[in-house]
Amino acid sequence: MIGLSSYLVLAALVFSIGLFGVLTRRNAVGILLGIELMLNAVNINLVAFARFHGDLTGLIFTLFTIAITVVEVAVGLAIVIAIFRVRRTVDADRLDLLRG
Amino acid sequence: MTVETVGFWLVAAVLLGSSLAVVLTPNLFHAVLYLAAALVATGAVFLLLDQPFLFAVQLLLYAGGVVTIVVFAIMLTERLVGERIRQTSRHLINGAIVAAAVFAGIAGFLLQAPPAAPRPEQTGDVTASIGRALVGPFAVTFELLGVLLVAGLIGALYFARSEE
Repeated sequence: MIGLSSYLVLAALVFSIGLFGVLTRRNAVGILLGIELMLNAVNINLVAFARFHGDLTGLIFTLFTIAITVVEVAVGLAIVIAIFRVRRTVDADRLDLLRG
Repeated sequence: MTVETVGFWLVAAVLLGSSLAVVLTPNLFHAVLYLAAALVATGAVFLLLDQPFLFAVQLLLYAGGVVTIVVFAIMLTERLVGERIRQTSRHLINGAIVAAAVFAGIAGFLLQAPPAAPRPEQTGDVTASIGRALVGPFAVTFELLGVLLVAGLIGALYFARSEE
């Protein structure tokens, strides 16, 4: 029987992998992919807690997270495209327009 | 070894493998395809937790929607320049150290936690309960989510529109 902690450890591993991607990727789209992985790991946690505690709220919260993530990706990629039009690059290291 | 145990380890292996591929493969387009695999594997985890409705939502919104948008964004940004869609990573060692430290922190919390109660039996129709909760106690939040979706999509259109 798979316990709650197995799901939590799996989610923690996926979260760490996503964090690694966010920290190491240069391409802005690659960074967004890492954020996707991290949000997914959180969803696994929410669903696992909801299932093991018999509470519906975690499932509703997961639905909201998924919808908000979709909006976040749409806006994030639109910003990437807009930046690309102006700067002709999506390399996060070279996007330092706001540097003081 | 029950079916659930075998399924969990299988799904966990696929999920971790494709997640690692997302952050390590040099080809950005391949990374998106691996992300699709990871998202489907996450949906399979939801199935293991007896949530077929969330599995469907995950497939429709994530694997269907998000992956499509990302593929379009890559086509629009990388192909226009004519460069190969290669990407490099930097600070690999530092990133690995930070990620491992975060995992160690979470694992420390998990070790301190009291042993969880065994999994209760699934009772009733979860999908029907979710539907009733969405129009009952969570109705206002649900409506606000609709407003957020509209605002986000209009904002995305505004950012990505052409100048003329």
